[in-house]
Amino acid sequence: MDWLLVIVGAAVGAPSRYLTDRAVRTRHDSLFPWGTFVVNVAGCLMLGVLTGAVLAGAVGSRTYLLLGTGLCGALTTYSTFSYETLRLAEEGAGVRAALNAVGSVAAGVGAAFAGAAAGSALWG
Amino acid sequence: MTEPPVPPPGGPPAPASARPREPVDPDVPGGAGRAPDGQWPVLGAVAVGGALGASARYGAVLLWPTTEGDFPWTTLGVNAVGCALIGVLMAALAAARAPHTLLRPFLGTGVLGGFTTFSAYALDVRQLVHHGRPGPAVWALVLTPVVALAAVWAAARVTRRTLRRRAG
Repeated sequence: MDWLLVIVGAAVGAPSRYLTDRAVRTRHDSLFPWGTFVVNVAGCLMLGVLTGAVLAGAVGSRTYLLLGTGLCGALTTYSTFSYETLRLAEEGAGVRAALNAVGSVAAGVGAAFAGAAAGSALWG
Repeated sequence: MTEPPVPPPGGPPAPASARPREPVDPDVPGGAGRAPDGQWPVLGAVAVGGALGASARYGAVLLWPTTEGDFPWTTLGVNAVGCALIGVLMAALAAARAPHTLLRPFLGTGVLGGFTTFSAYALDVRQLVHHGRPGPAVWALVLTPVVALAAVWAAARVTRRTLRRRAG
């Protein structure tokens, strides 16, 4: 049952990442990987809110497996983020590569903190 | 955008020594393979791959659970392995003659995208701070991207070199 929740969440999260990445890329056709940046920051914010809700006792472990481990886990990605950073550096866009690495980490972790604070405030 | 030009059918084959160009965004559909036939097969491949990858990540969490306030070795390990594997995958696909169009969405966007995670990494850092462990929090914050980038760089480099040597 627990595995199934993770599977269902991920089967929604991964295509959502793919579609968001594509939608962002058609709007901003730049070399900077905005699509991955957007899904990663959004997923960190969502998992933050969910964690705040768990800590407040408003959400159970099963909901967390579905929406956290499954959905947010598959919506966000480290492999694509690191590969895009590597390719930017290899293509001679070292500044963009560094901005992508530092910016994604700062925005993602910041979103996780903000989301957890919001979740605690909402359900605390 | 950074796709290699597709040689016309019947045209001269690309020299084996030519270095295949890899895209910047591994999720861009297309490539030198067969023409994609619509959106649904790709979405299906991404969904199934994502479910498989996330299941493997969940399995790793069950095998190596991290207690609250401890250093998140499991998330770090999963992300490091996934980043090394995407380096291998993208280099191998770039060198392949005509990979199936669903291979990259399934393995790259799906399996590895579902296996690795940015959200758990960010929340791990937040939880360590929350539990009054600023030292491990800073280590997790800095070490994860450093290890991930080193993994993808080393894996891509070794794979490209090995494939070039094989191609002669």
